[in-house]
Formats: sequence, structure tokens, C-alpha cells
Amino acid sequence: MNRPRTLEEARTMVKAMRETAERAPDGLADAVLAELGMADGYAEVDGPVDRLYVAWGPDGVTAVERVGDPMGFETEVQLRTGRPVRRMERLPARLARQVDRQLAGDRQRDLPVDLGTLTSFEQQVLRTVMGIPWGEVRSYAWVAREIGRPRAVRAVGSALAGNPIPFVIPCHRVVRTDGHIGEYGAGGPEAKREVLRTEGIDPDELEALADRGIRYLGSDTTGIYCWPSCHHARRITDAHRVTFRTAEQARVSGFRPCTACRPLEGAVFAA
Amino acid sequence: MCIECPAALATDPRAAFPTFVRHHQDLVYGLARRWTRDAADAEDVAQDSFLRAWRAIERYPPERIRELHTRGWLARIVRNVAHNRARDAAPAHATLEDAPEPVDPEARTPVATLMRRESARTWAARLAQLPDRQRIAVELRHVHGLSYAEMTEALERPVNTIKSDVHRGIRTLRASMEAADDLELEVAR
Repeated sequence: MNRPRTLEEARTMVKAMRETAERAPDGLADAVLAELGMADGYAEVDGPVDRLYVAWGPDGVTAVERVGDPMGFETEVQLRTGRPVRRMERLPARLARQVDRQLAGDRQRDLPVDLGTLTSFEQQVLRTVMGIPWGEVRSYAWVAREIGRPRAVRAVGSALAGNPIPFVIPCHRVVRTDGHIGEYGAGGPEAKREVLRTEGIDPDELEALADRGIRYLGSDTTGIYCWPSCHHARRITDAHRVTFRTAEQARVSGFRPCTACRPLEGAVFAA
Repeated sequence: MCIECPAALATDPRAAFPTFVRHHQDLVYGLARRWTRDAADAEDVAQDSFLRAWRAIERYPPERIRELHTRGWLARIVRNVAHNRARDAAPAHATLEDAPEPVDPEARTPVATLMRRESARTWAARLAQLPDRQRIAVELRHVHGLSYAEMTEALERPVNTIKSDVHRGIRTLRASMEAADDLELEVAR
């Protein structure tokens, strides 16, 4: 056995020491980057009813689903983004705050959502729906009108049915144009009613109004009419509440549409 | 080395950081291993170190990022993170059992791999026998190949004391090698 006295031997010794260096375990970099929102990850958060999986990538939230089948969720996210997604303990701090507030009804205008794989029409629909305030509902026709495609009501319905980011993008706040609660991609009609109830909306009451043919509520003190769930409409006292079956009826009665909830306007959409 | 990294980081930190992390993950993890008890601990320290590095980069003006001595800077972060975590725990280092089993992609035969691995285990165990200060100095210099300038930044000690730690460590290692050789000679006789 040689002793490392010569230069050659010293080199051997250094080389042997170099080999004691360990490589980083698989996934170390991905975990770091996911935590910083620079790579794809997903984690659980508290939703309005159940716990939710929230997935994110470098461009924001990519998918949301009720907690249940992690493998299924991962597969779905991967198919959509084309990138592997990694389960994490929690969302990146800033995103966690934004998602939390958004779900609690505090609209987060700079909450990034990654809708990159959707058509521009679908993206427009979903971004519009993000603006519907907590505790209020709008109709598919309203969304269609908002994006300047008033005839595309059915297409709006399909876009919402395919919403990859439910709850965060509140597609549950869009109801049928006839006032009924309607279908829900993230768990069916009953789930939709349940989520709306957490926002202080009584779906039965809304449907009862719709069944009586009432679409809008107005205040005879302001001369303004609203969607029944608009926060302005909710403040109208019984004595001053006026009901309308159509926007046209409201217009003819001398009422103007609320600028906050932007109900459909008379003459054009008197349906 | 990653010469272009600080420049890229300075220009567009968010775009460059993923590459930066992937490029330096072995170094950061390897360094974390030097100051931690086990692999899981080291992984946590490595992750925290990168997160801390990112928070610093976010704060730094571009000119400061451009002038970073990446490896020494990262080593100092790892050292601080590990120390903070282990503040109350007794200092720990590798034992023969959990000595690393590095995989050498150049090894052509399983036998060669086995021999290299054996040698790495032996070396890791020898290093583990050194006093912490000398061990860290030798490891940073000879396992991770940091320059003395980088080590000064990482360890926040004067270069002369670091050099003397390395030299003393090496002397001890040689002595232990010689002792082992003598033992082998005795057995062979």
C-alpha cells in the first residue's frame, strides 16, 4: 500500500475525497421551484365546502378540484399543462394568500390564473366570471353580453362547464338565464346550490322569484333596477321594492340599470 | 462553473433562477450534508437555502447580483441555514453507516463501482473522524472544490486560519491512512 507522499498520491487522495460528494436527491430543484411558484405543484387548501386541490405553475393557478383522487388530479393537470406536477405541503406564500382571499370572497384582481390551453373565447368567459362578486349570481346571457357575444349563450355554458379552476373562478355564480340554478361542472346542481349557500345566497328563494317570473328588482327611491342578488338590490326595503319580469318592463317604468351588476337592458334583451 | 449565472440572474431573476437552482443543486445539497445529521435534514436545509437565496436575489439590485461569488455565497447561506436549524442540537456528522454511496457514471464494471464506493465510504469515514472545523475546511476545499476565496466568504473566517485548518486536516487524514496501511501490512505479514 502506498502512502500519499508524492504529488501523484496526493492527487489520488483528493480524487477519492471528491467521490465522497453526494448528488442532490431527485426532485430537490423541482420542490424548490414549485415552492416559489416557478414550477408546477399542487397542495390542499380550505374551500367553501370541501378541501380543494389547487395546482399552480409558473403562470399562476392551473387547476382546482375537490380533494379526493390525487392521482386523477395529477394526471388531469399534467395533460392540461404538459408538465409534471408535484405534491407540495402548501401553496407558495403569496399565491396562498391570494387564493385564500379570493375563496373568501375578497376579489383578487392580480391573482394569476393560467388559462393558456383554452381558446380565447373560453378565456374571456372565465375572466369575466372572475369579476362576479361573492354572494351574487349572473346569468349565462349576462356573461355572453359582457364579452360582446350576446348570441353565444350556449357556448358560454360549455366554457363554464369546462372551467379548470372552479371555486377560484366562480362559475357557480352563473345561473340559467331563466333564473334557475342550473348545472355545475364541479359536482352537479346540488353542489352548486351548496356553494351558493355558503355565500349567503338562498337558491330556493332565487328560483321561487324566477318561478314567479321575476328577473329584476328595482328601488322606487333610486329608480334603479338590479339582478336580485346584487348587493344594492338586497338593501332595498320591502316598502320600496319593485319587481320586473323583463328589462324592457323596467325601462318602460322609467328605471335605469344598476352600474354595479349591469342587468340586461330593456329593448335589446327583453326576453 | 456557472459564469453566466449571476449575469443572467441580474438581468431577469425569475427567468434565470430555475436554471440556477438546477445547476447548483448538487453543490448546495452536498454542502448541506456537511453541516447536517442525515440526508433528510440535508434536503430540508438545501431547500431552505435556495429559498433564502431567492429572497436575497429578489431584494438585491442587479449590480449586486452581477458581482456575486455564487459558490461562496451559496455556501455561506447553507452554513447559516444549517446552523440556525441545529442551534439547539448537538453537532452531528457522518458515520461509517450513513457514509455516502456516490454513483460514478464513469465506472464501467460493477466491480469498479463497488471498489470506488468502498473507497468513498472509507474516505467519508476518515473525514468524519476529523474535528468539525478541520473536517468542514477539508470538505469544502477538496470534496466540493471551493477556492480559498470562496471558503473565506462561506466560513467568514480569515483565509490563513482556513488554510491552516485544511492543512492540519490533511495531515491527520494522512496519518490515519498510514496507520491503516501499517495495520494491513501487519495483517499481511
